Amino acid sequence: MIKLVQTLLSSISVGSLYALIALGYTMVYGTLKFINFAHASIFMLGAWFSAIIAAALLANGVTGIPAIVLSILIVMVICTTLGFVIERLAYRPLRDAPRLNVLITAIGVALLIENVAALNDVKIPGTQTTIHGFGTQPGKMPELLANADLFSIPLGSGTVVVDKVDALILGLSICLMIVLEFIIYNTRLGAAMRAASHDARTAALMGIPVDRTISITFIIGTSLAAAAGFLYVMKYPSINPPVAVTWGLLGLKAFVAAVVGGIGNVRGAVVGGLLIGILEQAGAAYLSPHFRDVYVFALLIFVLLVRPTGIFGSTAVEKV
Amino acid sequence: MVALLRGFYPYAIAILIAFVMYKVMPVGAEKIDLGILQINSFFTKVTGAIGIAIIMAVSLNIVNGYTGQFSLGHAGFMAIGAYTSAWITHYGSIHFFGNANAMEGLFTKGSALFVASLLAAGLVSALFGYLVGLPSLRLRGDYLAIVTLGFGEILRALLNQTQPVLDEFDIEEATRGEIFTGLGGALGFSGVPKYSNLFWVWSVAIITVIICYRLKQSIHGKAFLSIRENEIAAEAMGVPTTHYKVAAFAIAAFFAGVGGALFAHTLGNIVSPNEMNYQRSIDFVIMVVLGGMGSISGSVIAAVALTILPESLREFSEYRMIVYAILLIVFMIVRPDGIFGIREFWEVKWIRRLFRRTPKETHAP
Repeated sequence: MIKLVQTLLSSISVGSLYALIALGYTMVYGTLKFINFAHASIFMLGAWFSAIIAAALLANGVTGIPAIVLSILIVMVICTTLGFVIERLAYRPLRDAPRLNVLITAIGVALLIENVAALNDVKIPGTQTTIHGFGTQPGKMPELLANADLFSIPLGSGTVVVDKVDALILGLSICLMIVLEFIIYNTRLGAAMRAASHDARTAALMGIPVDRTISITFIIGTSLAAAAGFLYVMKYPSINPPVAVTWGLLGLKAFVAAVVGGIGNVRGAVVGGLLIGILEQAGAAYLSPHFRDVYVFALLIFVLLVRPTGIFGSTAVEKV
Repeated sequence: MVALLRGFYPYAIAILIAFVMYKVMPVGAEKIDLGILQINSFFTKVTGAIGIAIIMAVSLNIVNGYTGQFSLGHAGFMAIGAYTSAWITHYGSIHFFGNANAMEGLFTKGSALFVASLLAAGLVSALFGYLVGLPSLRLRGDYLAIVTLGFGEILRALLNQTQPVLDEFDIEEATRGEIFTGLGGALGFSGVPKYSNLFWVWSVAIITVIICYRLKQSIHGKAFLSIRENEIAAEAMGVPTTHYKVAAFAIAAFFAGVGGALFAHTLGNIVSPNEMNYQRSIDFVIMVVLGGMGSISGSVIAAVALTILPESLREFSEYRMIVYAILLIVFMIVRPDGIFGIREFWEVKWIRRLFRRTPKETHAP
């Protein structure tokens, strides 16, 4: 019983992380119709920048809640700027290109980000400048929250421990999701986003600045990935090097969440993320921890074969 | 499809070239002095790697280039081939010859076992290719990419959980299940006999290129290309698109499996599941994309160039992937079809112009 509740708790916190990343995938897919492979790299950058910024803040005497708020804001701003640059330079020239080309470009952008981030104190030949990347060694997130247990609930013969970090993840994810929900369904911008994702050409004819709307959608997705990166390193303080396969895998699992929920559907992404979190954590706890990835990808293949549009997706008619 | 294998001379020439390469390239401490260039066994190693890269890139071109599907699981098929053949030769050698590496060298009994294992690797891999190709009936483009990627990762996770490899002493008291799952786990399959060499690698590589080129020229190749250009129109014209999409996957997987088998036996000793992750698949995709989607000679040239480049630029190894990434992005924006596009090297206009004989101008008196 305790194991069940504990598993459920951890799956909800992991699931909301997946949901945050999945939101970015699903929003980009909704408007641009391609898998943004670079999303996982942004998530990775968010994680690494969080560690650096948190360390800098702690060194300057900022601790506790202000440190968390400040570092998450700074990380989101950095990654958002980067997302804007990526969208402008790599994706915008390909607006009318075949989807496969955009997909390959996205892979290229992901590789570029990962490998630039992995540079470690490299001297540029002929100049005095050196590039300080994150290197190829694992990093460490300093502890922003001392004394990690928030509270424990007695249950039967034992106690269920609720982590502060888990609470933070859940709280912050819910806040971000509510903000996103508000933006998408209650503002003019959101209406423009929905219109552009529904039919970009008609939206343009109706006077919606489609290019700008797509950029903003992309940027919002990126900032969510950055926030997820921060929360991820709060939960798992030892950070993998930028080129590690783990980042790509995490991103893929989040994409699976988006597909399971119905790609292009914001609420679906949240449900899909939670579902993936539960599946992964329950599988690891009750079956075998070695096959975490297998459960998720098996679910993906199952969903794609049985209901390719996902739980909330609507069927799209293939147009000639 | 049998027509693709027709003819004797192309294959004889392929095998001859491979044999010459095997004889010429130095092994061990041998060296060839060319004055400016000293060719040692390192060159032999790189030549072998090039051969395998050619097999992988050219076969991936069938799926990604001709048929316009997008597979990111090519390294997965490579892994299946590598493990199947390594399993066969390792346990087969123990069974038949009593020792895992008793029969190394060209044209020994071990070679016969090796060739059998190559075929088996190709067939098992093709079977998996068929299974992975099935979702392509319902999925398009990027969804398919994710499924193939997921396939590769599932495979890797499963291979990581296999049992240790058994040697000739352990095998006495092992059960059948233990022998079947004795694939080495996360440490990799160790003790693969080194049956492969330049002869096998380049024979297979050249034969792969011949078959893939013929495939492109054949009626089946036209069917593949029609699916790539417009699937709905192809279906309307009576092309059985499902059949061809699955076939493309199976054929590509066959060659990838054979390539993986050669890879396992060249390297000898170890095939690790973590070496066959999706970044390796992306390496092959880069070759296909840069060389030209649908261009066999383009893939060959890209495979050669992208294998030599990192070896010759060791000191810039940190920048290698950065350069690849920028190349990918720039190519997709500026030249989306790759260097040669769908054309072959000799069909490109500016190259033809170099070799065209200009008719002598006759001056009027």
